[in-house]
Amino acid sequence: MLEENNRKESTQYETFTQEEYMVMKDDLLRPMRKIRLGGKVWIGFLIMVCCAGIYAYYIQETKSKYVTVSLRDTTFWGVYISNFVFFVALSLVGVLMSAVLKLTNFEWYRPLSRIAEIIAVAAIMLAGVSIVAAMGRPDRLHYLVIHGRIQSPIVWDIIVIMTYLATSLVLLYIPLIPSLATCKNHLTNLPKWQLKMYNFLSFGWEGTPEQWKILKRTVKVLTVLVIPLGISIHTVTAWLFATTLRAEWDSANLGAYFVSGAFLLGVSAMILAIYIFRKAYNLEKYLTEMHFDKLGKVLVLMSLIYGYFNINEFLVPAYKMSGLVSDKLKNLFNGEESVFFWSVLLFGIVLPSILPLFKKMRKPLPLTLLALGVFIAGWFKRYLIVIPGQADPYLPIQNVPDSWRHYSPSLVEWTIVAATFAAMMLIVTLFSKFFPIISVWEVAEGRLEGKEEIINYK
Amino acid sequence: MEKEDDKSDRRKFLKLGAIAGGAVLLGSAMSKAVSLDSVKETGEKIKVLTADGKVVEVDSSAIAHPSAEKLAQISVRDGIPGRKLIMVIDLARCANARKCVEGCQKMHNLLPPIEYMKVRKMQDTPLTSPYWFPTACYHCDNPPCTKVCPVGATYKRSDGIVAVDSDRCIGCKFCMAACPYSARTFNFGRPEQREYNETHKRCDTQVNCCVSNGGIEGTVSKCDFCPSHAAEGTLPMCVTECPNGTIFYGDEIEDVVTNGEDTFRLKKLLRDRAGYREMEELGTKPRVYFLPPVKRNFPFEEATEVYNTKE
Repeated sequence: MLEENNRKESTQYETFTQEEYMVMKDDLLRPMRKIRLGGKVWIGFLIMVCCAGIYAYYIQETKSKYVTVSLRDTTFWGVYISNFVFFVALSLVGVLMSAVLKLTNFEWYRPLSRIAEIIAVAAIMLAGVSIVAAMGRPDRLHYLVIHGRIQSPIVWDIIVIMTYLATSLVLLYIPLIPSLATCKNHLTNLPKWQLKMYNFLSFGWEGTPEQWKILKRTVKVLTVLVIPLGISIHTVTAWLFATTLRAEWDSANLGAYFVSGAFLLGVSAMILAIYIFRKAYNLEKYLTEMHFDKLGKVLVLMSLIYGYFNINEFLVPAYKMSGLVSDKLKNLFNGEESVFFWSVLLFGIVLPSILPLFKKMRKPLPLTLLALGVFIAGWFKRYLIVIPGQADPYLPIQNVPDSWRHYSPSLVEWTIVAATFAAMMLIVTLFSKFFPIISVWEVAEGRLEGKEEIINYK
Repeated sequence: MEKEDDKSDRRKFLKLGAIAGGAVLLGSAMSKAVSLDSVKETGEKIKVLTADGKVVEVDSSAIAHPSAEKLAQISVRDGIPGRKLIMVIDLARCANARKCVEGCQKMHNLLPPIEYMKVRKMQDTPLTSPYWFPTACYHCDNPPCTKVCPVGATYKRSDGIVAVDSDRCIGCKFCMAACPYSARTFNFGRPEQREYNETHKRCDTQVNCCVSNGGIEGTVSKCDFCPSHAAEGTLPMCVTECPNGTIFYGDEIEDVVTNGEDTFRLKKLLRDRAGYREMEELGTKPRVYFLPPVKRNFPFEEATEVYNTKE
């Protein structure tokens, strides 16, 4: 059944002539020719937010953290850590949108895979930035190498994240090589240095059958490799919490709960990204309504899976109401955090698992609005996982000032979090200005109706 | 005056402890030390109690006085040889005087609201009476905090102490997440504390300060079980400052704990008074035992003031 569907999808594409290929190439490379005013303003804005973040970090590190940051002994992990979890989750978009779809022969992955990969690379980098912002002594970062202990889940996390980053970079770069050769040959009126860069980075790619063979095999190996890696990074991130003795994180469900949430977040990020690229770069012919339709269905599936793990995470302990977690759960269900908690569940799981079942809701605009809700709820979901439980340890918090009981992030913290988002969008935007954001050869290949012949995409 | 006497008694006792414990368990090593020291007899006789309960008089030179050099030789990471430090807190004696908290803060140059030693009001069930519950780091034998440290900045020593190396700590606070007892505190660089530390530098005299002196800014610190006191054979400030003798400090190998006035055989005390460890089910194996608040010295009284309200 599945295979049949696939075949039907792939037959929707038609073979194309050389002229059509030139048009396609033109379409996909157009965003790189000139940065429009809107693009310049957008990039300028992102750079400003990043600078504000750097300045906020400077203040945080030079002044007393007791004043600049709202963290206390009672809530010692704040928005930096929840933001870190969010970005690690976001980086799984590469696994789902490029690797899983590619290996399961869903042909519609083709124009999406590079967008997914660059988001993944940017997100994992910003996850690293978030964790450094959370460190008390960032000047001792190198101690992790000098004095690193393999027993510590933090060291596991660093190892898998570094491996995932390296693999994702290679997986982004290798399919880019033929595109770079295309850029070099096609965009001759770009500045000299840019053409030189393409020339250098394309490593003398000529598109010989042997080169194609090597490229395809390498990509396949990396695609298989990146799936367990992606699952490990988020499972180990979950273990940073699950390996502690604190009741609120003491759950065997946590790894799967985190990974399923990450996939849902990845789908929502993908919908937002293709909506924006489609509008900004006029790519309606490539990022079609069919993609929204498919992604809407994936959104339902992922919401249902995530909903399942949420039920496990909350309903089972809530049924027992053990004394160790009852205060925390009551606080979430009908206490201080309840409005927050239920809104996150509504926008993050309930709506995306029901609304896209209707065809109308899988149209670009409604689906994008839904995805925006999932994305924002996804950030606050991580906030709820990391933060409220800390203020309810086994031994009651007594004899402390008021600010120790209630954590609300300071301006410095919000600025740094905003800057990580701006930096992520800046990386993706700049990438799309210097490299084709949709892989020309992969899309062209998809239209060959599965013919084995290799055309010279020069 | 009376206090002085108490102290000297306690010292005598601890010196004795060093000998007794050493003789039993560290036989050869200790006897070497004793025989080396006993070259110069002082003529001053000191009464000591042996492990089998006899009172004997020995020359004061036979009692090991750890010299500054010797103390310096004890590696911060390895711990004091032949010791298994332990604490017993008698909840029946605590009246929330909070002198342990203040003494500890003085010792470690901490300003409120930062406390290594905390006194909490606990009430286990609605029908049972509330009681005061002084806690610090439990120096667990299966410490969840040292397991998770990515750089080995917090570690378990042979004398039972879970120590923090504030020159190594990177400030990730994973140990704070791992500790189920909220024993750890992070130095966020509170302005008042910064100012105070400027005027109160790390002191070098062994008597009045401990190895960790409030921690370096950006690192985690906690109760350090006052290892320099233990090495010298003196008692931590939380023990000596308590007006009610709530806190007992001692050595598991010597099987003895003292609050400076009363001295007990550890195992017998725990057996007779139904000693327990907090949240045994977590498997952390704390080195701090509690005696239940039964037959209390004081009726429970609510605290008369609210503490640590200043930000």
